[in-house]
Amino acid sequence: MSEADRSPYQIVAPDGTARTSRADIGLSDDELRDLLRLMTLTRRLDDECVRLHAEGELAVYPPFSGQEAAQVGSAFALAPDDFVFPSFRELAAAIVRGVNPVTYLEYHRGTWHGGPWDVMAERFGPICVPLATQIVHAVGYALGMKLDERSVATLAYFGDGAASEGDFHEACNWAGVFKAPLVLLCQNNGWAISLPYEEQAASSVSSRADGYGFPGVRVDGNDVLAVWQVTKEAAERARWGKGPTLIEAVTFRMGPHLTNDDPSRYRDEEEVERWRKLDPVERFRRYLLAEGIVTDGDVDALASTAEDFASRIRAGVVATAAPDPEDLFEMVYEGIPLDLTRQQQAMGDA
Amino acid sequence: MPETLTTVEALNRALADEMEANNRVLVLGEDVGRLGGIFRVTEGLKGRFGSERVFDTPASESGIVGVALGLAMAGFRPVVEMQFAAYVYPALEQIIDHVAKYRLRTKGKLGLPLVIRMPVGGGNGGKEHHAESPETIFVHTAGLKVLSPSGPLESYDLLAQAIRDPDPVVFLEPIRLYRKAETGELGAGHLPMHQAKLMRNGTDLTFVSYGGMVGLCVQAADALAGEGVSAQVLDLRCLSPLDIVSIRECVRSTGRAVIVHEAPLTLGLGAEISARITEECFDRLLAPVERVTGYDTPYPPPSLEERWWPTLGRIASAARRIAGYDLHD
Repeated sequence: MSEADRSPYQIVAPDGTARTSRADIGLSDDELRDLLRLMTLTRRLDDECVRLHAEGELAVYPPFSGQEAAQVGSAFALAPDDFVFPSFRELAAAIVRGVNPVTYLEYHRGTWHGGPWDVMAERFGPICVPLATQIVHAVGYALGMKLDERSVATLAYFGDGAASEGDFHEACNWAGVFKAPLVLLCQNNGWAISLPYEEQAASSVSSRADGYGFPGVRVDGNDVLAVWQVTKEAAERARWGKGPTLIEAVTFRMGPHLTNDDPSRYRDEEEVERWRKLDPVERFRRYLLAEGIVTDGDVDALASTAEDFASRIRAGVVATAAPDPEDLFEMVYEGIPLDLTRQQQAMGDA
Repeated sequence: MPETLTTVEALNRALADEMEANNRVLVLGEDVGRLGGIFRVTEGLKGRFGSERVFDTPASESGIVGVALGLAMAGFRPVVEMQFAAYVYPALEQIIDHVAKYRLRTKGKLGLPLVIRMPVGGGNGGKEHHAESPETIFVHTAGLKVLSPSGPLESYDLLAQAIRDPDPVVFLEPIRLYRKAETGELGAGHLPMHQAKLMRNGTDLTFVSYGGMVGLCVQAADALAGEGVSAQVLDLRCLSPLDIVSIRECVRSTGRAVIVHEAPLTLGLGAEISARITEECFDRLLAPVERVTGYDTPYPPPSLEERWWPTLGRIASAARRIAGYDLHD
């Protein structure tokens, strides 16, 4: 049996029953409720963003629906000082880390590039579209933390598509050689735009860790508790100087690659339906209800909180205006070279 | 106190002095530690500053630049070495997509103080892929500063300033200068790094050049002086941002310009400088702007390289062509 066929690590089954007793999970009831809150809010916001795109308020948007557990579970497992390098579909992770969603969405609104928030203060790097390039930055940042003897884990998000890039290999090789305090978190959502995983690689993402000399873990990416647990362990390993871990969270992108993509051109509705039964938010809600950690009343109240959250973000997004064109010239270098000053004036005069 | 150093020794001294002055300066690259770099620019640094500040990396250029970016975010000032300019190409995605753009992408909040050094050009009898002159790529990429020294003392001065600079700097080291020696006083900041330097004054024409070709321009100016032609030599030092003010002042004073670089002709830096001269000096130009450059072919095999790069003969001929030319005659 190949590694890819092996069942990923799971705590909560799709029907909401747990394979681990509540006491062994290691999260308080408040934390468990917080996980559900974050998954519910982010899913609702994801829907809102798709609508905002349809209305022309966002230029383009990559929906993450279906990947809430992979993102919320992993981001929730990090300590405040840990640092995240996202790819481009990690709005849910950004929200967990405290990035203002309105600022984050400036990228998708087209009012700024990938990192308009305070990257260092929020400890969340810029949105990164060139695949796998951010994993290398994460290695460098992690090595910097190691050189300074700081107990900080760095986490890089990337997708299955990025694992075909050279930079994925270079980053993993460096991380292994230098024992970087790093968590490499692949959200394997099954499709690199239109290319299914089996046409991308002949082995699972996690199995490749062996070749780089560090552990690889395959986890059910739709099980928020399993993702939380493996990420927490990997981040602790990093902070304790035990080196990197490659986590492959097996999940599914329920929506299109981007709002302007048409998945019906490359995948069957049957596959989507199969994954709908594995829905991460629904699964966790069932689990919490069955365990008596939330009530139906809590769930209803949460839905209404999510509505408020989405409308608040919508209002912020819609109110975000294009920047001053002169900003473009002022942020290229620390000062403005004479030649750029002239071009800035020319733009003003035009 | 004046001392005599080769370019390699001067670069080495700049690295050592900046590492001494600031313990956040790191050196990383292929073979830079144990071996001291294949040209020995990093000789002795690992022994002196330790393997945490000077480290050998896997043969992984995109990795080297991307890791340097992460280190800069973590508060370090990495100086990375690309073993040859041709090997920087796998790192271009990191340089162009990220290193150059990070300050803008982060709304001005996060600049990256890092230096990417690389040996450029011919002069070493190198085989293919060992003599590239890729400066156009970097100059055309907003957000990078690009420096190229023309001799040992300038190498020290510019590299030290590059390491202190708050922005990413691509530092192009002409291979042909590595073993060249010069005597003088070492010091950083004699002239701000973004300023061109007048190497020879003259009245009839201006050679505009940089890096490994400046010395040839000075020789050409000396030779032309014997023929009664007074040539000025402007060493750009900083290729991006260009010191347009110095170019303008020099060429307006002589009315004639010869631009000399080793990189190929088409869209080489000479194309931009020539356009700027037309814009800034049109009313003073007495002759068409001349360019003496490498040819629009891939770099030749070593047995042909002396036919390929600008020679004293080609430079002097170009100067003679325009020295007697006067639009108003």
